[in-house]
Amino acid sequence: MATADISKSSPPLKDELDIVIPTIRNLDFLEMWRPFFQPYHLIIVQDGDPSKVIKVPEGFDYELYNRNDINKILGPKSSCISFKDSACRCFGYMVSKKKYIFTIDDDCFVAKDPTGKEINALEQHIKNLLTPSTPFFFNTLYDPYREGADFVRGYPFSLREGAPTAVSHGLWLNIPDYDAPTQLVKPRERNTRYVDAVMTIPKGTLFPMCGMNLAFNRELIGPAMYFGLMGDGQPIGRYDDMWAGWCTKVICDHLGLGIKTGLPYIWHSKASNPFVNLKKEYKGIYWQEELIPFFQSATLSKDATTVQKCYLELSKQVKAKLGKVDDYFNKLADAMVTWVEAWDELNPSAGGSTGVTNGSAK
Amino acid sequence: MSQISINHDEVDIVIGALQLDLKSFMEEWRPVFSLFHLIIVKDPDLKGELEIPAGFNFDLYTKSDIDGVVGSSSNAISFSGYSCRYFGYLMSRKKYIISIDDDCIPARDSAGNFVDAVSQHITNLSTPATPFFFNTLYDPFCKGADFVRGYPFSLRSGVDCGLSCGLWLNLADLDAPTQALKPELRNTRYVDAVLTVPARTMMPVSGINISFNRELVGPALLPAFRLAKEGNLRWETVEDIWTGMCVKVVCDQLRLGVKSGLPYVWRKERGDAIESLKKEWEGVKLMEDVVPFFQSLRLSTSAATAEDCLSEIAAVVKEQLAPANPVFARAAETMVEWVKLWKRVQTQ
Repeated sequence: MATADISKSSPPLKDELDIVIPTIRNLDFLEMWRPFFQPYHLIIVQDGDPSKVIKVPEGFDYELYNRNDINKILGPKSSCISFKDSACRCFGYMVSKKKYIFTIDDDCFVAKDPTGKEINALEQHIKNLLTPSTPFFFNTLYDPYREGADFVRGYPFSLREGAPTAVSHGLWLNIPDYDAPTQLVKPRERNTRYVDAVMTIPKGTLFPMCGMNLAFNRELIGPAMYFGLMGDGQPIGRYDDMWAGWCTKVICDHLGLGIKTGLPYIWHSKASNPFVNLKKEYKGIYWQEELIPFFQSATLSKDATTVQKCYLELSKQVKAKLGKVDDYFNKLADAMVTWVEAWDELNPSAGGSTGVTNGSAK
Repeated sequence: MSQISINHDEVDIVIGALQLDLKSFMEEWRPVFSLFHLIIVKDPDLKGELEIPAGFNFDLYTKSDIDGVVGSSSNAISFSGYSCRYFGYLMSRKKYIISIDDDCIPARDSAGNFVDAVSQHITNLSTPATPFFFNTLYDPFCKGADFVRGYPFSLRSGVDCGLSCGLWLNLADLDAPTQALKPELRNTRYVDAVLTVPARTMMPVSGINISFNRELVGPALLPAFRLAKEGNLRWETVEDIWTGMCVKVVCDQLRLGVKSGLPYVWRKERGDAIESLKKEWEGVKLMEDVVPFFQSLRLSTSAATAEDCLSEIAAVVKEQLAPANPVFARAAETMVEWVKLWKRVQTQ
């Protein structure tokens, strides 16, 4: 069914979107996604042993980077890219030359909606990104730009243009994205509820951003999507996407951009080991209690008019306020700066770079 | 969906009767309403006898009751039209109040099952809300759901829920210009979720299908914002929108939650959007001032009860909005009179 759709008309944003996939195992999951992904360019970020050969299924147009490639391209700046953690995926965001990114985990498959129809997650993300968000006033009928919906009575007309959408956060059926303690208590819980809604997360509200099924406008928010220092040699794991999400939300709120959550669903097939997860998350569970008030009260100056400027300001605040929680945050703050420097080196003419002529690519 | 055992003695269902014939409305709701105590308030402008079928446990209030209780305040506070239900809130002594417009009947969910809106509202009110951090799996206290990875543990016990806002299938609560532009638009999407509207986020609360914890926020559900040409169709009012923002500010101040989503009711076709549009534009225009006002409203730390909050809000309305339009001046006065009335009646 999906193949017929593709032959009818050009897939949306075919030449403007990259699909970034981190993997350490294999890419077998791509077979199921073929009808929806094949028209698009893939950026594979191979984690772990660079001497291992990861086979990409036939027919996909892709570039693949292993650790050796990352080290070669970034030189000493490669220290900001995590090793032995899917956080390494943000390298893919940095090397991409496209306007939009969709990232998905290699244990995520095509889900079915309640009618039994296969869900083209990428298509829904694109719809989400190409329609405005409504962060300034909550619409009780959720996304008013969706077919069959609209703004409700009482919604001021002056707010109905909305804000540009920077991020589209999708959800998961089957294995839910729980933390280790919840997984231990509810090992058999499965998410079977299909909530047919997309909504904007209001300005001033933080949320836990999951990197499993995520899309964003790289031109609007790319430099904020740094997934932090995780994995090998680091005291923490499974907080990469959380960190990126909190930074991104603060910056989006500051710049007047919107973040949507809800559809599309993917089918999450693999339940990771809760004991392994607990070891990775352990410090995060405590640190989080300091991180949340930090992000909730973070403010950026009027001069922070680009994503890079916002991000660098944030990194200074991380060092000043979180350095005392643990020395890890001093390293993370430095890595945030390294990331932005590396981003600007690899993306020199992108609109909004700090200190460089603003040749807007829009 | 509800696993909460409901103490029926804690609930009043308040119905504002804007039409005389309540028979079909009550029959549709009989499986649910017959289990609870009802407060029916007849619109004081409605002439004639209400037709209420047998088999319901209810108290009926009419114009003479309203005049008797409200007395001298009746000049400032109007209970006409949709505002008649507020008299019911004033008279209730129960913990939870549920209100549904008399042109709404029970909905069916995607599987075709009868939606017990009352039960869902009570579940919403009696389970915690989570206004300080957004949970991407929506209501974490729902069966089959939980808090997601990254949700801070210190925020997982949640706070009390003050207000529960339900939704509508068929005729959604759109404003007249929108419905006039899209006359065929009907809401057919059943979104199976309840979520907490985050703290400091404002929203348009529709009075069509709501419930609240009277003990926590009771006085904040008030009849204050009356348009000059207000009519008996929701398209010709914004009183509930004003009230809803007061309630949200109160809840944010008192660290209570406001939920939105399930339950759905089925809203019957009534009225003509274009006719309403010809009559009444004012409400739509006024929102342009109302929304920014409430978004920037900050109450003092000493406002520790709903009554305190409302008195403060009224004072700021009088100072900042009243000069622009007499509607706001009247609203501020009415709010002050209402708080006095509430205190008087509640202590009797």
